[in-house]
Parts: sequence; C-alpha cells; structure tokens
Amino acid sequence: MEKFQTITSSCVPLNIENVDTDQIIPARFLKATSREGFGDNLFRDWRYDNENKPKPNFVLNNPAYSGKILVAAKNFGCGSSREHAVWAIYDYGFRAVVSSFFADIFKNNSLNCGLLPVQVSDAFLAKIFKQVDADAKTLLKIDLENQKITIVATGESEPFEVNSYKKECLLKGYDDVDYLLSLKDKIEAYEKAH
Amino acid sequence: MSAKTLFDKVWERHVVHQIEGGPAVLYIDQHLIHEVTSPVAFKGLDRRGIKVRRPDRTLATPDHNIPTMGQELPIKEELSRMQVQQLSENCKKHNITLFGLGHKYNGVVHIIGPELGITKPGMTIVCGDSHTATHGAFGSIAFGIGTSEIEMVLASQCLFQAKPKSMRINVNGKLGKGVTSKDIILYIIAKLTAGGGTGYFVEFAGDTIRSLSMEARMTICNMAIEMGARGGIIAPDETTFEYIKGREFAPKGEEWDKALAYWKTLPTDEGAKFDIEYSFDAADIEPMITYGTNPGMGLKISQNVPSDEPNKQALEYMGLKAGDSMIGKPIDYVFIGSCTNGRIEDFRAFASVVKGKKKADNVTVWIVPGSKQVERQIEAEGLKAIFEAAGMQLRQPGCSACLAMNEDKVPAGKYSVATTNRNFEGRQGPGSRTFLASPLTAAACAITGKITDVRTII
Ligand code: SF4
Repeated sequence: MEKFQTITSSCVPLNIENVDTDQIIPARFLKATSREGFGDNLFRDWRYDNENKPKPNFVLNNPAYSGKILVAAKNFGCGSSREHAVWAIYDYGFRAVVSSFFADIFKNNSLNCGLLPVQVSDAFLAKIFKQVDADAKTLLKIDLENQKITIVATGESEPFEVNSYKKECLLKGYDDVDYLLSLKDKIEAYEKAH
Repeated sequence: MSAKTLFDKVWERHVVHQIEGGPAVLYIDQHLIHEVTSPVAFKGLDRRGIKVRRPDRTLATPDHNIPTMGQELPIKEELSRMQVQQLSENCKKHNITLFGLGHKYNGVVHIIGPELGITKPGMTIVCGDSHTATHGAFGSIAFGIGTSEIEMVLASQCLFQAKPKSMRINVNGKLGKGVTSKDIILYIIAKLTAGGGTGYFVEFAGDTIRSLSMEARMTICNMAIEMGARGGIIAPDETTFEYIKGREFAPKGEEWDKALAYWKTLPTDEGAKFDIEYSFDAADIEPMITYGTNPGMGLKISQNVPSDEPNKQALEYMGLKAGDSMIGKPIDYVFIGSCTNGRIEDFRAFASVVKGKKKADNVTVWIVPGSKQVERQIEAEGLKAIFEAAGMQLRQPGCSACLAMNEDKVPAGKYSVATTNRNFEGRQGPGSRTFLASPLTAAACAITGKITDVRTII
C-alpha cells in the first residue's frame, strides 16, 4: 500500500445523499479478475448514457472539478459490501472521501485499501460545499498525522476520528497484509505450538 | 477457571496476537477458495512477490459460476471460463489442492469440506463466501470473508477479527410430521428477523438440535448468516464424531484418538454466560415458506400473507397481496440443491415424496447435487431412477440457481420454490420470485404445481 501523506488538493463535490455501492460500481462489472481498471466504471450509470457518451451534468464530467478528494453528502457507501466500490474510487485517483456519515462496511473496506474516509460534521460539510460552489479550485488539506481537515482559503478546520491501528497502517503505508507478515515470528511460534 | 462457551474455547485457542484496543489476530486452520472471489487476492500476492503461506491448509474448488449440464465441455460463457481457468492456474502456481470441474471430489465448497472429513470440530475455517457458516455445525468457528481478507489469509494464514457478542438459541421438544431442520431455521429467522443476529455468533442448542443428523445441523448453521449473525455453531457430540470417522481426510489411528480427546473438551461449560439467549418449542414449528424478499419474511405454510405496511415493496415484487393464502399459489420452477439443502439426505427426502408420482406439467424441476460424491450416491441409491420416472432431470453439481451466475436462471416474473438460502430480489435471475422451503415442501410443490403443505400428501 502507498504511504498516506498529507494531502492538499482541490476536490470533486458530489452533493448526493445515500450513495450506494451499486451506483459506485454496478454489479455487471464484478466478474473481472483484477483490482485495477475499475476506475473506468466508477459511477458508470451516472457518468455515461446508454450509448456510452459522457453525461455533461454529472460532476465527474465537469472539467472545472478535479483532485484527489471526493466530497459526498451523508451516508456514503451504503448497500452491498462489494470491495470493488473502494477499488473503483481509488483506481480513479481519489485518496480520500469526505462525508458526514459513512456506511460501516464501506469505511472498513476503504481503510483496508488505503482510501481515507474523513467523517466531518454536517455543518463543516456544508461549509465545504459552499466554498467549492463559490470557487471550484478550493483547496482542502487533510492531515492524517494530526487528524485535521482544513479549508485552506478560509483557514477553517475540524478534527476527525480514525482508529489508531489503521492510522498507523496508513501513515506507514502498511496494509493489513504487511502487518500480518510482520508478525511472522509469532505466527511461526503459534504453528509450532499447535 | 470460569465457565466458557464453545465459541470462547475455540476462539482463545486461535489468538496469535491481540492488538491493544483493537481486533485479535486469529490463526486460520482451513481456508477454502473458489473461482469468483479469489483471483484479485492472488494478484495481490503476485504484486508483493510472495507465495501462499500454507498451501496445505488451502483447498480450492470451482462452484459458483459453472454450468450444471455438459461439464465435460469447455465453459461457454467467457468470463466464467476465465475465472475457472485462473483458479486452476493460481492453484498450480501455489501448490494448492484443487478439485476441478469433473474431479470426483468437485462440488459446492461448503458441501465438500464436511463430506471429505476436512471440516472438523474446534477449527477456524474461512472462505470468500458468506455461507461458510455451514461448517459451524461441527463446532468450529467458520465465517465468510472479503477479498482483501482472502489475501491476508493466503499471505499469513491469519486474519483480523473483532470478537463478536454471544447468543444461544435453544430448541427443545419433538418435531412434527413433515417438519425438518430447514423449517427450524426459517422459523427462527422469521422470529428474530433478518437483522436480529447482527453482531452475534450464535450457538444452537437444545434437545431438538441434538437429535438432528449432521447434514440437518449444517442446514441450520448455513442460514445463521441470514439473520445477520457472523456465524452459527453447534457443540460436537457422538453424532459429529460418527459422521467424521473414516472420511477421506479425517484423522486416523493415534491421530484420531488425540483429536477426539480435544473435541470432547469443546462443548459449552455448565453456567457459561451468553450476551443473549432465546428458547423455542419444536412443537410450534410447522413446514415453513417465505413470502417476501428477505429470509426473515417467512411463515408457517398454513398461514396467510401478513398485512403490515413495511412489507409493501416486497409484496409488490412478489406479486402477492396481504391476506392471500400461501397454499394453492401456482408456481413455475422448483430448485433443489445449494449448500443449504444439496446433500444426500435432502435428495432422499425429496425422493421420498416424489416416488411413484409425476411432476406437474406447469413446473420445471432442477435437481442439482451439491457435489460429485452426492451425484454418485443419488445414482447408486436409485434416486435418479425415481426422479426420471417422475419426469425430472438430474443435473451436474454446482451452486447453480442459488445465485444464478451460470445459465440456470429463473425468468423475470416467474415463481420458484427453492431449497436455497436467499430470496432477495433477482437472486435467482433478474426479476425472479423465490419462495424458500425445505426439500420435502419443494417436492410436494413439484408434484402439485402449486404451494402445497407436504403433510397433506405423505
Ligand atoms: S450454493 Fe449458494 S449460498 Fe452456497 S456457496 Fe453456492 S452461491 Fe453461495
């Protein structure tokens, strides 16, 4: 896994509530045998019409917005537990998702895959949307070490929660597999004893 | 020493490391893999340049998307063929035992573990499939995992797990005529709802459970996940030991004695505390059927469709009205098979009703054994002849119409009585409508062409 460093980036605002994983990556794309390439089908049915032409109204198709941060309205990632949803977001180029509430499984899957879910208050989320509305190039700074998110232009900031074990993994670029591999001696000892 | 539950004993034995304030690192005794959820995990190993840590504790079988006719031929559907092929390549590369298509031990992953003597008491067993809970019937901790977790187990033979809460469900008393273990579990899920077990690991206990065969116990643990539980578990006893003894991969000789001594220490101690406990009376259970779009929406077959508001969307999808009688409702398909009811006892039960009768003209019947071994047994015991005389065809083993990833799909709008575990919208094919029931009930419906109380024809 890549190390998670402090991100200062513009963002893509997706002001829709209850975005479910079926929308993030529709079921018909799950038969793939690789984790890569899902970004092409991220939000497939919102992004493209039946003839595979980009829908101009969808935010990912609006050239004004770009960046490594996706900002979404509350209850992001609900529905099916498919990990493919996280792979699609990551593969597209996002490294953090900001919302005022995340579905449980989506949050775990994200942390397992190096995508940081940043949960902020409703009020702070509203501020971000407002600022991005006024200026599409608004920068957000996400500092994992200090667990703080800042709207760079106004200096307003808010702390966010993250499980201390997962934080450590993200900062070191460790994923669970790396961590488990680092326990090699313990695992060997266990195998000997049983 | 304080009194412990069966679950606690197995759990504690498998903790390799406890992260402070976090999850435990659990050692996994047996990892089962199949073609759909494993390819990306193997890619992950390649990317890291590492091998499977314990190929000897990993076992593979293709089952989810394989055809159930013409398995001798190349798989027609390209993506399915690729996934099956990739499984073979990955197994070869990593020295993993594979019971490939056509192999005498091939079958649905949760059927073959027990029938080969691989599933035993006191183990930790995982698989990238939620119905891994099936193996809990032997007194093991068994549960489904995601793709990142498959990669963790392949790489380290370990997994992070937060300890779930404990629940015990007691069923006592004698079962009535025509009532099976499938009815017990559908009854329990209907009582507790599809989310009633969320956050718990459930021990099933009581004299009714004790009286069941291993195959019947597996049906119960299989569906623990359908009430949201992480898994189900049943204490091992003489029935368990008897079932395992002599199977292909079961311990032999001295090994057996040693294993048996350990297994006998496992049952929950007198006085052990559960976070929550329920008790049900077996006499209150009837043949059950579901009417809605989650497994918690079940009722006694003699009851009418309930009227409450929250069911509106489900009833619309199913084309049912509140107050409708379930009995007499015409159906189009009957499917017997899956890891819930695809074992030999299930086909024996089905055949006991079908024997000497014909299937109804309006019904298509799919008979899909859970494994090659079950298929051979069906033939050897003369059940195949009974099915054929009834105008029903025996297909080849696989998951088949349980999740409809292969060609076996129930068409939109059609009704299916299935012995499987999920009646979600579209589960048996886009637009399909599923009634979950026992093999006995499924057989009765196949004969009459409509929903039928099996007690009226046996
Ligand atoms: S039979 Fe159905 S539930 Fe069982 S493993 Fe196959 S798809 Fe899953």
